[in-house]
Amino acid sequence: MTRIKLTVDGMAVSDDVEPRTLLVHYLREQLGKTGTVVGCDTSNCGACTVHLDGQSVKSCNVLAVQADGGEITTIEGLADTVPDRADGQLHPVQEAFRECHGLQCGYCTPGMIMASVDLLNRNPHPTEQEIREGLEGNLCRCTGYHNIVRAVQYAAEGEQP
Amino acid sequence: MTTVDDRSVAEAEIGRDRRRKEDARLITGRTRWTDNITLTGMVHLAMVRSPFAHARVTGIDTAAAKQSAGVVAVLTGPELGEEMGVLINAWPITPDQVTPVHTPMAVDRVAFAGEIVAVVAARSAAEARDAAELVDVDYEELPAAVDLKEAAAATPENGGALAHPDLGTNKSALWIFDSAEAGTGSDVEEAIARARTDGVVIEREFRQQRLIPAFMEPRSTVVDPTGEQLTVWSATQIPHVLRFAMAATLGIPESKLRVIAPDVGGGFGGKLQLTPEEWLTVALARRLGKPVKYTETRSESLMSAHHGRDQWQKLTLSATKDGTVTGLKVELLADLGAYVAIVGGGVPVLGAFMFNAIYKFPAYHFACQTVLTNKTWTDAYRGAGRPEATFGIERMMDELAAELGVDPLEVREKNWIKHEEFPFTTVAGLEYDSGHYEAATERAKELFEYDDLRSEQRRRRESGDPVQLGIGVSTFTEMCGLAPSRVLGSLDYGAGGWESAQVRMLATGTVEVVTGASAHGQGHETAFSQIVADRLGVPFEDVEVLHGDTQVAPKGLDTYGSRSLVVGGEALVKASDKVIEKAKPVAAHLLEASVEDLEFRAGTFSVRGTEAGISIQDVAGAVFAAHNLPDGMEPSLDSDATYDPVNFSYPHGTHLCAVEVDTETGQVRMRKYVACDDVGTIINPLIVSGQVHGGLVQGIAQALWEEAVFDESGTLVSGSFVDYLLPTAADTISFDLDHTVTPSLTNSLGTKGVGEAGTIASTPAVVNAVVDALRPLGVEDVTMPCTPQRVWQAIHGAGSGGSTPGAAMPHFESGGAAGNQEQPGASSTEGAGQ
Ligand code: FES
Ligand code: FES
Repeated sequence: MTRIKLTVDGMAVSDDVEPRTLLVHYLREQLGKTGTVVGCDTSNCGACTVHLDGQSVKSCNVLAVQADGGEITTIEGLADTVPDRADGQLHPVQEAFRECHGLQCGYCTPGMIMASVDLLNRNPHPTEQEIREGLEGNLCRCTGYHNIVRAVQYAAEGEQP
Repeated sequence: MTTVDDRSVAEAEIGRDRRRKEDARLITGRTRWTDNITLTGMVHLAMVRSPFAHARVTGIDTAAAKQSAGVVAVLTGPELGEEMGVLINAWPITPDQVTPVHTPMAVDRVAFAGEIVAVVAARSAAEARDAAELVDVDYEELPAAVDLKEAAAATPENGGALAHPDLGTNKSALWIFDSAEAGTGSDVEEAIARARTDGVVIEREFRQQRLIPAFMEPRSTVVDPTGEQLTVWSATQIPHVLRFAMAATLGIPESKLRVIAPDVGGGFGGKLQLTPEEWLTVALARRLGKPVKYTETRSESLMSAHHGRDQWQKLTLSATKDGTVTGLKVELLADLGAYVAIVGGGVPVLGAFMFNAIYKFPAYHFACQTVLTNKTWTDAYRGAGRPEATFGIERMMDELAAELGVDPLEVREKNWIKHEEFPFTTVAGLEYDSGHYEAATERAKELFEYDDLRSEQRRRRESGDPVQLGIGVSTFTEMCGLAPSRVLGSLDYGAGGWESAQVRMLATGTVEVVTGASAHGQGHETAFSQIVADRLGVPFEDVEVLHGDTQVAPKGLDTYGSRSLVVGGEALVKASDKVIEKAKPVAAHLLEASVEDLEFRAGTFSVRGTEAGISIQDVAGAVFAAHNLPDGMEPSLDSDATYDPVNFSYPHGTHLCAVEVDTETGQVRMRKYVACDDVGTIINPLIVSGQVHGGLVQGIAQALWEEAVFDESGTLVSGSFVDYLLPTAADTISFDLDHTVTPSLTNSLGTKGVGEAGTIASTPAVVNAVVDALRPLGVEDVTMPCTPQRVWQAIHGAGSGGSTPGAAMPHFESGGAAGNQEQPGASSTEGAGQ
């Protein structure tokens, strides 16, 4: 067991973890952060995407011990990162996914939203092709990506797609 | 009585692009996936699975696993015995169908790689997996029936491998429909013979490769035995069917079972199954008296959750020289895998009704031989039988057009049912109620700029451009709204096809709606709210849709086959109408008017010719108080309805696809895709387009990327997301959609269903486009998926591109330009004849 200390969605936590524990299992099983999900065992699907120190990572591809000292944001805490957030207000990318029907079953959605936020942080005005390539690490089986691309465009433009 | 039509457009919910109610939770991670459920004292399972496709289990040593940290129990098939129950096939397609016994865990022999041989229960999932590694199983390998055609031809006499040696054959059932025998048409052999002397005969053989549904949420089951009822949570499309089947096979009274499908992350038919893992989780929970959870890994999911498609299709189409089709003969081999799944052989049989598609074929013969092999079992995957049929016929219509040298749309128009000919009874015996193929095609052509693209194609052909343009056409229809119970009965399906609904008026005026359909991404909560809001004239926000729990929604037949809206939606309408009927005398009583003088509009009962009125929500409040009701009236407006459809519904559409094919590299690039679908009345256009987008990409993926590949020993080679190529955002393009609307005439909303349309239509559109690009180079087929390698080989005279490297099912031995096509007279689709 190794002691780790980190911040998850604004909460300071300190836990003993097995060295082999993946970050995603630590989040889900030890912290109850079940908003982040597991879709594969080969780091291909991106369903588990969270932010570690502001950058998107696949949390099934990071050991919990590697996140020691870090700051994690999951889908559950994303809206809280909005400055001067009003009560119940969503993050603009969450809002965009709802507005553009960028989700159906919603299983890929936490990862897809976290990846999209990171994409827009790095490139606030992406082209359609840049969005498509930027989300290549996240699989969705329901939407055919059409409305996911619209959602990212909508969030980027802050206007009707 | 309120009908949709007499409401002003501004206030109508039906047709409005409401944002989804479901999303608030899903976009914030406030979700209830089965794997999220944790119960006190819960034990976790791990499965020990066979690495061999076919082997005798000669010994299992569980001693080391039992000693492993945190382990509660390790059990094998013989140890669990009858406790584990048995898995059933609900649709024996013929009375003499050969059906192997399917126990949830192997007893002494495994029949596919991935079959469970032992189960470990431990304190944590990680400990269970660690211990599973320590289970030592001795196998004695047996010859595996892997290749579909070889399996169909195998007999004990010729020494071919048998998937289940005790059955003496791999042939499970031969299902035949013949229009001359059924009285729905003439004799197909005569038509073909006539065309051979004075007409055109097109003969082709197509491969429908095996696909994996690959829903994003891995399957998971939690069972809690600590209450009076055994509670089962499962990532399933079919909680009601599951409860019925568990009661029937596990000796648990149905009333002692509660099944819940909480948030379910996609299904596409892949979660329309009774799974060994569910049965074992129940068995372990009962044996241990503790809550038990099992969640599969993705590798387990790809290997052991059922696969779809997997057919050889041998097609013979006869026509006159002017392109009028005179007959179609279909001979299929369908791979069941190791067991006959819940729908099993019924999947290709559903296709029997769709090979004639939108056309007026006078003669039709369909024969399907289902075959057992030592591979993962197959069952429904989005479209279930109908994509296979649509692919076959739409490829054939293109081949006919090419043979005659005419535009593929022209040959279709010559043969399709004209809009004034509805209702039309097809050669397969179905009655199509409505449709307008001309209108959908016209609109699709316009959006596509068909003539311009044809000109560009001509230019590129003439200039010998290394990048050729191909245009693919698919004018499809499908049968949705599964299904009239009587029809299911006549096909020997084990259940009916009705759906049930309840509408409960709460005291404060909000409305609870219960449906027996079980959503897993479709947006029922939103669309069903719209239907009820319109019908009752209450605000959209005041309607709450409840589903997916047998305690809340006690009756239902769940979600598959594009049935939820068409069948379940109609049940909602009927239940809502009953509420209005019950409320009417109360309203009259309170308004001191006679029932005859009341009219109901936009949620309000009013007395004709006066200002007096009362809302249905206020009536609900008055009924709750029950202080002042008509004499003898029961104080409740709650109503339920069970609706059995009178016919299927028949959405249709015209899809046009343009691809650019690099003849030097074999690379296929999607250029444009237009879909003009007629799905009848649209409840929510946003949800409908989402269904079409997602369906399109699944169908396109079959055409270009996906294939479940087995090696010759029967091991799934494409067993992870590294090898099974799900398309990403970077592989796909944006689509151009539009709709034409001919309402269905067999339900009151006029809906036809949309869940499967995109998948059904798009596969042939894409392959037709690829072949169209290459036709001047002498190519007349490319085997799916049309990978760059296959396309390149097709161009360079190696036929349709050959097999996937490492594939256990070699496609045709390439023999010159004819490639995929067999020599005349040879019957490679053996066993599917008469
Ligand atoms: S679960 Fe992390 S990438 Fe699939
Ligand atoms: S919405 Fe279902 S996987 Fe993306």
